[in-house]
Amino acid sequence: MHDVSHAHVAHHGPPQSFISKHIFSIDHKVIGKQYYGLALVAVLVGMFLSWLMRIHLGWTNYAIPGLHWLSSNGAPGDVMTPEYYLQLMTMHATIMVFFVLTTAPFAAFGNYFLPIQVGAEDMPFPHFNMMSFWVTFVGFLVLISSFFVSDGPTLGGWTQYAPLSAVGSVAGPGQGMGVVLWAAAIAIFCVGQLLGSLNFITTTLDMRTKGMSLWRLPLSCWAWFITSIMGLTAFAVLMPACILLILDHVAGTSFFVPSNLVLNDQLQPHAGGSTLLWQHLFWFFGHPEVYIAIIPAMGIVSHILIANMRRPMLSHRVLVYSMGALAVLSYMVYGHHMFVSGMNPVSSILFSFPTLIITIPSTIIVLIWMGSLYGSKLRINTASLFSIGMISMFITGGVSGFFLAQPSLDIMLHATYFVVGHFHFVMAVSAIFGIFAGTYFWFPKMFGRMMNETLGKIHFWLTFVGAYCIFMPFHYLGMAGNIRRYQAFVDDFMQPFIPVHKFMTVAALATGAVQFIFLYNLIHSRWWGDPAPDNPWQATSLEWATPTTPPPYDNFGGKLPVVYHDPYQYGIESSTGDYVMQNSPEHIETARDEA
Amino acid sequence: MAKLLAVTIIIIAILSAIPILRHTFWTPEDISTHGRPIDEQMSETMAEAGISFLASQILLAIFVWKYSQHRPQDRIKSFPGGAMGLVIAAFLLVGTEVLALGAFGARAWANIYLSPPAANAMPIQVQAGQFAFYFRYPGPDGTFGPVHPDQISEGNQNFFGLDTSHDADSKDDIVTAEMAVPVDREVQLLMHSKDLGHSFHVRELRVHQDFVPGLDLAVHFTATKVGRYEIVCTQLCGLGHYNMKAYLSVMSQADFDDWLKKQAALQ
Amino acid sequence: MATVVHEPPRVEEIRKPLPPGQSYGNGGWRNLIPSDGELRHVQEYAPPPASTGVWVGLFAISMTFAALTSALVVRKGGAADWRHFTIPSILYLNTIVLIASSVTLEISRRQIAAYMGGLRNKVAYPARWLYITLALGSLFILGQYVAWRQLSAQGLYLATNPSSSFFYVLTAAHLLHITGGLGGLVRVIRKLGNSALKRSTLDATSRYWHFMDVLWLYLLLLLWAKL
Repeated sequence: MHDVSHAHVAHHGPPQSFISKHIFSIDHKVIGKQYYGLALVAVLVGMFLSWLMRIHLGWTNYAIPGLHWLSSNGAPGDVMTPEYYLQLMTMHATIMVFFVLTTAPFAAFGNYFLPIQVGAEDMPFPHFNMMSFWVTFVGFLVLISSFFVSDGPTLGGWTQYAPLSAVGSVAGPGQGMGVVLWAAAIAIFCVGQLLGSLNFITTTLDMRTKGMSLWRLPLSCWAWFITSIMGLTAFAVLMPACILLILDHVAGTSFFVPSNLVLNDQLQPHAGGSTLLWQHLFWFFGHPEVYIAIIPAMGIVSHILIANMRRPMLSHRVLVYSMGALAVLSYMVYGHHMFVSGMNPVSSILFSFPTLIITIPSTIIVLIWMGSLYGSKLRINTASLFSIGMISMFITGGVSGFFLAQPSLDIMLHATYFVVGHFHFVMAVSAIFGIFAGTYFWFPKMFGRMMNETLGKIHFWLTFVGAYCIFMPFHYLGMAGNIRRYQAFVDDFMQPFIPVHKFMTVAALATGAVQFIFLYNLIHSRWWGDPAPDNPWQATSLEWATPTTPPPYDNFGGKLPVVYHDPYQYGIESSTGDYVMQNSPEHIETARDEA
Repeated sequence: MAKLLAVTIIIIAILSAIPILRHTFWTPEDISTHGRPIDEQMSETMAEAGISFLASQILLAIFVWKYSQHRPQDRIKSFPGGAMGLVIAAFLLVGTEVLALGAFGARAWANIYLSPPAANAMPIQVQAGQFAFYFRYPGPDGTFGPVHPDQISEGNQNFFGLDTSHDADSKDDIVTAEMAVPVDREVQLLMHSKDLGHSFHVRELRVHQDFVPGLDLAVHFTATKVGRYEIVCTQLCGLGHYNMKAYLSVMSQADFDDWLKKQAALQ
Repeated sequence: MATVVHEPPRVEEIRKPLPPGQSYGNGGWRNLIPSDGELRHVQEYAPPPASTGVWVGLFAISMTFAALTSALVVRKGGAADWRHFTIPSILYLNTIVLIASSVTLEISRRQIAAYMGGLRNKVAYPARWLYITLALGSLFILGQYVAWRQLSAQGLYLATNPSSSFFYVLTAAHLLHITGGLGGLVRVIRKLGNSALKRSTLDATSRYWHFMDVLWLYLLLLLWAKL
C-alpha cells in the first residue's frame, strides 16, 4: 500500500539561510507564527485605537496628551475632532475584523497546525502559502499608510457605505485618498486569504496521512476546512466590490453613485449608480465573514475542551454538521444588516427567517458543548478557562442576536449600541477568547516551553470580568436609544447615557491594560519558560505526536504517522492512561460516538 | 478555581439581568398607533431571551462546578438522551420559538411597511443632507413643486432647489427646519436624500427608515401624543453625523394650523 | 498500566467480515473501503493536490465573475442611463483564437502523454503545440487590446457609460486571469524541458486554460446580450 501523501509534496530540504528560515519561509509553521505576529501587532494597534475612542466618548473635550503627534489635523491641541473619531473608529474596526479575527484563529493557528493534525509534511503549495502571508502583510501596510496621507484615513466605517465612500473628498475629510487606500488594502487582503484557502482545502482533502479518514480529523481541522471554503466565496465577492469602489473614486465611473447628488452646493457629476448594490455586495461577504471569524474559534475551543474534559464530544458528527449548517445558512441571512435600508420590505421578512433559523445550529453547538461537560472530568487550566469563558460569551452574544434577527425590533435597535454590544460579544470577545485558549494550549508545542499558569489565570479572570463590564452595558444603552457611530453625545436625550460611557471607558482601559500581562507572559515564556514535554496535556491528536517539540521542519522527521484511531479517544483504558493517541497501533476498547 | 468560575458566571448573569428587570434603561414611551405590536414583540423576545440566557449560563456554571470535582476512579458519563436528544430539543424548542417570533414579528412589520397610507394622510416631504433635515409642506394647493438639484444652495437657503419664479406649485410650498404634525392625524412622509445615505429615526414614533440617494421612499405614521421628540440620523454620513438631528413637534390641530401659518409667513 | 486488549474496535467496524471469496468492492471511485474490510488501515485515494487546487481556484474565480455579473444586472436595471452599444466585431475573432488555443492545448497534451509514455522517437518536439497555444493566447490578448482601442476610438471609455464601464471591467478581469494562465503554460514548458513535468501539473494548467475559454464564452454572451 503506497503512502499517498509522499507522492505529491515536492520534498523541500531544511532551509539554510536566515532569510529562508525566518523571513521568506515556505514552512507552514513559520508562516503560522508570522500570521500570529501580524495579528498581535494588529490587535495592539486596534486596542489602542479603541482606547482613544472610548476616552473621547466618555470625556469628549478632553485633551488626550500627545494626540497631536498622531495627527495634527485630527487632534489640534490634543482634542480629537469629530472626523478624527470616525477615522479612528473605521480603522479600529477594519484592523480588528480583518487583521485580527480572520488572521489569528484561521490563518495563524490553521497554518501551523492543520498540516500536522492531518499528518502531512507541509501544505501542497508552500510558495503560495508564503505569498499569502506576505500579501496579507502588504495589505496591512497599505491600510496603515492611510494614517499618513494628508487628510487621514477614511471615516466611513468598516462598512464603507456608498455614496459616502464613493463620491470622493467632497464628502469630507478622509474620503479622498483614505478610501482608495482602504479599498486597495482590503482587495489585497482578499487575495492573500484566497491563496491561504487554496492551501487549507487541498491540505485537508489531499494531504491526509494513511488512516486519516475525514471523520478521523480533529474538530479544529473541520473548522478550518469549513472556514476556508467560506473564504473562497466571501473574499472572492468583496474583492471585485472594492475594485469597483476604487474605480468610482479614481476613474469617474458610477457603479454606486446615483445622479443628482448635491454636496457643498455642487451638483456631482455621477449618474445612475446604485447605493444598495454596494450594500448587497458588501454584506454578501460581510455576514459569512463573521462566521469565518467565529467558526475556527469554535473548532479550537472544542478541541481544547475535549482534551481538558477527558472525553470526546457528545457527538463529534453533530458538531461538524452544525458548523457546516452555520456556514451554509450564513449566505442566506445577510439582508438582516439591511432591514431598514430601503430594500423591498418583503425582502426584510424573507431574510429574517433564515436569520432566526441559524439560531438552531448555534444552539445545538452550545448544547453539545454543555452536554459534553456533563459527566466529564474537567481539568482547570488557563486554556480550559478561556474555553469555558468563550462559551459563556458566545451564549450572551447569541442571545442578543434573537432581537436583531427580527425586522420589527430592528426598527428600535438598528444602528444603536445594542448592535455594537451584540457583535462585540460574539466576535471581539468570543473569538478572542478562542485565540487566547489556542495560545495557552498550543504554545508549548510551538515554542517548546510552557506559559506561566499563574499569570495566565490572572489574565483570564481580569479579562473575563472586564469584558463583561465593558460590553454588557452596550445592550442597555441600545435599548434606550443610544445611537452608534456618534463621536459625542450633545443633545438632551443622550445626557443620561454619559455616566455609563464613562464606566465602560474605565473598564476598557483597565481590561486593555491587563492584556499586557498576556504579552509579558508570551514574551517571557518564549525564552525563559519551563521546558515543555512533547505532550503536556496528554492529548490524542497528531500535533502531540511529533518527534520533537517544537516539531522539526518536516513535522514528523521523515516518518509520517499512520492513524489507527478516531481523534478523541479519551476516557478509555490504555497503556498511556485514560487516552490513546491517534497514531498508536494499540488495540483499545474505543469510546463510543453517540451519533 | 472551577467553583469560583461557576459562582462568577452566575453572579454576572444575575447582575446583567437586573437592569433589564428593573427597566433601568428601556425604550422610550410609544406615541404611535403601530408601535404596540413592536413593544409586545420586544417584551416577548426579552422574556424568551432572558430565560435562555439565565438558564444556559446557570447550567454552564453548575456543570463547571460539578464536573471539575472528580476522582480518578470516576467514569465518564453520557448526557441522558445523548446528542440526539439535545438536537431534537434544539429543533423543537428553539425552532418553535424562533418561528413564532418570526411570524408575529412579520405581522408587526407588514403592518407598518406593507400597508398603504390612508387616502387623507397628510403629505410632508423630508430631505436629508449633510448635516441637517429640512421639511416641506405643500401649502394650500396641496402639491409639491418640482425640485431642481442644480439650484440647491445652502448659502441662499434654497434647501430644496425650488424655482418659485418659474414653477407655480412651488410658490406656496413651506420649507422648515423643524417638523410639526397634528396629533392623531396620519402623515405620509416622503423621503429623499440630497447627497448621501442618511436615516430618519424617531424613537418614540417607532419609525426608522434609511434614505437612499436616488430612491424616493415613504413611511406613514400617526402620532398620538402631544410633545417634542428628537429626529436623529442613524446612518453614518460624515463628520457631522453625531449632530444631525431635527425636532418633531406633535401639536393639537389648532396649534398646528397656527404654526403652519407662521411658517408660511416666514418663506 | 498493562495493555488491555479487547475485541476489535467497535467504532471502526461498519461492516461484518465476509466469507472468503466475497468482497465489498472497492467502495466506489474514492476507494474508501479496502476490499478486505479491514478498516484500521483506511486508505483513501487522494487526487493530486494540483487538481484539487485548480478546482478551488476556479470556484473562487467564478464567484468573482458572479459578483460582477450581479453588479451589472442591478446597475442596468436600476437607472435609465444605460446606453447600448455594439461590441466590436474583433471580439468574435478573438473568441475563435481562444477556442483554437484550447484545441491546440489538447493536441499538446496528447503529444506529451505519448512522449512521456515512452514514444520519444515518435514525438520530436513535445513542446511544439504548447508554444502554439502560447502564441494563440498572446494573440488573444493582442486582439482584446485592439478591441479596447476600437471602443475608445468611438468615444467609449471606462467612465463614459455604465455599459462601457462593465465592458472594460469584465474584459480586463478576464484578461488578467488569461495572463496568469499564460504564466502557467510557460511553467509547464519549462518543467517539460527539465523533465520535471508531472501529469497533474499539466492537467491542472490545462483545466485552468479551458475554463478561461468557457468563461470567455459566458462573458461574450453576457456582453452581447446585455450591453
